[in-house]
Amino acid sequence: MIAIVDYGAGNLVSVKKAVDWLGQDSRISSDPAEIRNATKIVLPGVGHFASTQALVDSGAQAAIVEQVERGVPFLGICVGMQWMLEGSAESPGTPGAAMFAGTCLRFPDTAKLPHVGWNQLEINPGSKLFRDVPQSSLVYFTHSFFIPMNDWTVASCEYGSSFSAAIERENLFGVQFHPEKSGEVGLKLLANFCAI
Amino acid sequence: MLTKRIIACLDVQGDRVVKGVQFTQLRDAGDPAELAKAHAQSGADEIVLLDISAANEGRATLLETVRRTARQLFIPFTVGGGIRTLEDAAAVFSSGADKISINTAAIADPTLITRIAKRFGSQAVVVAIDAKRGEDRTHWQVFTHGGRRPSGRDVLEWARDAESQGAGEILLTSMDRDGTASGFDCELTRTVSDSVQIPVIASGGAGCAEDFRAVFCEGHADAALAASIFHYGLRDVGELKQSLKSAGIPVRWPC
Repeated sequence: MIAIVDYGAGNLVSVKKAVDWLGQDSRISSDPAEIRNATKIVLPGVGHFASTQALVDSGAQAAIVEQVERGVPFLGICVGMQWMLEGSAESPGTPGAAMFAGTCLRFPDTAKLPHVGWNQLEINPGSKLFRDVPQSSLVYFTHSFFIPMNDWTVASCEYGSSFSAAIERENLFGVQFHPEKSGEVGLKLLANFCAI
Repeated sequence: MLTKRIIACLDVQGDRVVKGVQFTQLRDAGDPAELAKAHAQSGADEIVLLDISAANEGRATLLETVRRTARQLFIPFTVGGGIRTLEDAAAVFSSGADKISINTAAIADPTLITRIAKRFGSQAVVVAIDAKRGEDRTHWQVFTHGGRRPSGRDVLEWARDAESQGAGEILLTSMDRDGTASGFDCELTRTVSDSVQIPVIASGGAGCAEDFRAVFCEGHADAALAASIFHYGLRDVGELKQSLKSAGIPVRWPC
């Protein structure tokens, strides 16, 4: 069972719908016991970084960290990906899970914000998440904060400058874009995650 | 590079599309779920579904239509028409919409934008503005109630206000150009797009593929709404995108 973690922010229906479409058993939950029983975990996210505080309050964060240490595959989407770092300029008082080093930054005001729409990926070969996803695929983004390029960047995108569109280390995966809203490419990526 | 979006719009009444992006092969009035899926397959970057009946008694039908349409749609999906409260918005989101579009209710109470944005994020709130050029030709006035009622508010000032209230995008319709096929109002679009930081979706007046090129280049639009593709002599969204790509506009094509 895939746990789609609910932390009271935004809309989880789209992610659930895409996972259903792929024929995978999943449950939307904030219950630590249910997260501990999951074979995979997805942390969706739209909205504000500060809302991830609810993960600590519900005990979901402790359950996720425990599961991740056991090697259970984890996928963070948008704010869910940003939460995998140490924190974000969006809410300096809210710590992230620190699965990866670094913090999220805000795009400079010289560009239109949020960064909304379909933008192109540059995919590193060898990524498990992007297996058989064509190079230069376009995916749907909507965000104002980003993760800078780092050692775990497996796909980058350009908006003013290059940023991390996806990060990956062992069974930890994070994507800044919305695979559940990125047509065939996004469904392929979710299918890859489900198959890990 | 961030591509320019082509958004397919379907006007629905009850559970049927009454006007929408037309195909030669598909009947204009049709099933919203079927048409949305067909547009996604032919290259639409997003789908907007507007409930033009917007009557209270039709809400349950609309929510069921949204649910059915969302089920097989894996691109962004916006729903508008008749959303007056946070609860209305919440019901539309839980039926599967990714964004909501508000117009009359936002003018009546701009804090509605803030309240929806706080709960669902700014990216989920599109403020639709129906703009009509004033007699001085240099200002545009906001109209509400489906374009029937002048609000007395200046478009530019309202667009900035909507942004500061937490809107994530602006859907800007030129009432002067709507249905004329004489091209988008590039001056209106550019004026608004250059005064706000959030993306602006142009709507109203498209007559051919060249009009889309113009509104992206000269109108500084981030996206454009396709209403009656058939009238432009184009077969579908894909053909429009093909022609934009040839004109050097970055679009998601093929997809």
